[in-house]
Amino acid sequence: MAGTATQKAGTTEPTRRDFIVVAAGAFGAVGAAAALWPFIDQMNPSEDVLALSSTEVDLSQIEVGQSLTVLWRGKPVFVRHRTKAEIEAAEKDDNADLKDPQRDEDRVQKPEWLVLVGVCTHLGCVPLGEQGEYHGWFCPCHGSVYDTSGRIRKGPAPKNLAVPQYTFLTDTRIRIG
Amino acid sequence: MANNTTGFYSNPIVKWIEYRLPIFSTLDHVVGSQYPAPKNLNYWWNFGSLAGLCLVIQILTGIVLVMHYTPQTSLAFDSVEHIMRDVNYGWLLRYMHSNGASMFFVAVYIHIFRGLYYGSYKAPRELLWWLGLVIFLLMMATAFMGYVLPWGQMSFWGATVITNLFSAIPVIGEPIVHWLWGGFAVDNPTLNRFFSLHYLLPFVIVGVVVLHVLALHQHGSNNPLGIDTKGPQDKIPFHPYYTIKDLFGIGLFLLFFGYWLFYNPNGLGHPDNYIPANPLVTPAHIVPEWYFLPFYAILRSVPDIWFIEAKLAGVIAMFGSILILFVLPWLDTSKVRSAKFRPIYKQLFWVFVLACIGLWYAGGQPPEGMALVIGRVCTIYYFLHFLVLLPLVGWFEKPLKLPASISEAVLKGDAAPGAAGSKA
Repeated sequence: MAGTATQKAGTTEPTRRDFIVVAAGAFGAVGAAAALWPFIDQMNPSEDVLALSSTEVDLSQIEVGQSLTVLWRGKPVFVRHRTKAEIEAAEKDDNADLKDPQRDEDRVQKPEWLVLVGVCTHLGCVPLGEQGEYHGWFCPCHGSVYDTSGRIRKGPAPKNLAVPQYTFLTDTRIRIG
Repeated sequence: MANNTTGFYSNPIVKWIEYRLPIFSTLDHVVGSQYPAPKNLNYWWNFGSLAGLCLVIQILTGIVLVMHYTPQTSLAFDSVEHIMRDVNYGWLLRYMHSNGASMFFVAVYIHIFRGLYYGSYKAPRELLWWLGLVIFLLMMATAFMGYVLPWGQMSFWGATVITNLFSAIPVIGEPIVHWLWGGFAVDNPTLNRFFSLHYLLPFVIVGVVVLHVLALHQHGSNNPLGIDTKGPQDKIPFHPYYTIKDLFGIGLFLLFFGYWLFYNPNGLGHPDNYIPANPLVTPAHIVPEWYFLPFYAILRSVPDIWFIEAKLAGVIAMFGSILILFVLPWLDTSKVRSAKFRPIYKQLFWVFVLACIGLWYAGGQPPEGMALVIGRVCTIYYFLHFLVLLPLVGWFEKPLKLPASISEAVLKGDAAPGAAGSKA
């Protein structure tokens, strides 16, 4: 009698042993997944890389019409002291047919200072300054053209040159990052 | 396992070892006298073993180069120059490794096109084909990461452009790129992990090659007629017939390798990679190594498609161009394997080869004017070939009459007119 009872239980409803197998298996799988995470996360930016995430720039050395390229988090950042003509050209095109519409005043804190991450939004090359159809930037890799506000105007890049976070510490000093 | 294979050998030492470890009989069954192969294999069947030879050369030269190389951004470039100038035979070993990569791709590309022409991907060899594609993908990853190690301008900017491809993925693109870099730009963490993986992946390739050969032995090699072997009369032992033929091919291949190695060692490289990496200046014209040019052309040929921006569409098309090969055994609806008996497919094959050459040309030019047009036309044709032409041709093409057996075709000599391509 007892034998047939356990046999029945084995075929119709889960036994204590089934429960142990499933629970142990699930617990093991979660454990293995958790153990995998350090192996994946070790590839993310480390603490020292994250710590190096701000750069200060002295603006007093940059004359009107000049640019300075500084390295911030391993990337070039363009700090451009724009001319009157460049600012006017940038503001005039605020309503032009832009791929990534943005007004010039939303891209600067002070119109004469344009701060951009110098990395083409296509595939990461460094665009060349004061070149291209709009006298802004031109990327030699795949031909993206940016205007004097760093907005994408032509070519394969999808977005405007990024504006990094920065603050004016004094009138002639900014901190990027 | 306990089959008595010792009786086959006369040398007492071999006998002693064989009794304990059946290594000699195993080798005999893999590449020896106990492995029967179709008797009509032509010289296009040499390139599998040539690719294997290239893998061995790359691993051997790579291991010794690591004895002198330093994977650190401020030292990597100089350590490569140290190898070139100071290390005994360093120049030779490095040129063997860099040109060896190109030779590996030459062999593998011919091997792949051989498979396409003779229908080697068709049943029952689909998994054999898949494993080959996995090897190809691993090779591309390995070659890409290896090219970054000298830390020249092309290394750095090639790495930047290719890793940026992943930023095209919506939402998770940027975190993935930062994860790949280990920072916010290609830098020392990137170099270190690429070095680690560049050392690892060749051994993974060895593992997949073992599976590739295992799958090959399940049904044996395909052959220029594309028909199944029907019995012992259709086959000859791999050793000595194909070992000696492969050896002869190796001799010719090494002459070709020797030309590049000794007379034109930088001919396949780019001079900009002798300029140390500079994250502030992008070279005017970034081009990948020659073996990646067709894929680079596809990447750059794709414009905005509906709501998908060009960058993402290009990346999808580029990866798609390889992934599509995985479904090739089912896209090709013809039951006849060899193009020799497929009059229309045979012509389409050569048009496809032309399209690949067109892509190769376009990939090396700036993406404007005529090169862009060629790139776009060839990209469209590439996908058209697999997605439209192959399924259709299988339906309406009338194949030529297949010979009854390999041995009949070979001995009569008239079933395969002129043995086209067999001695090319």
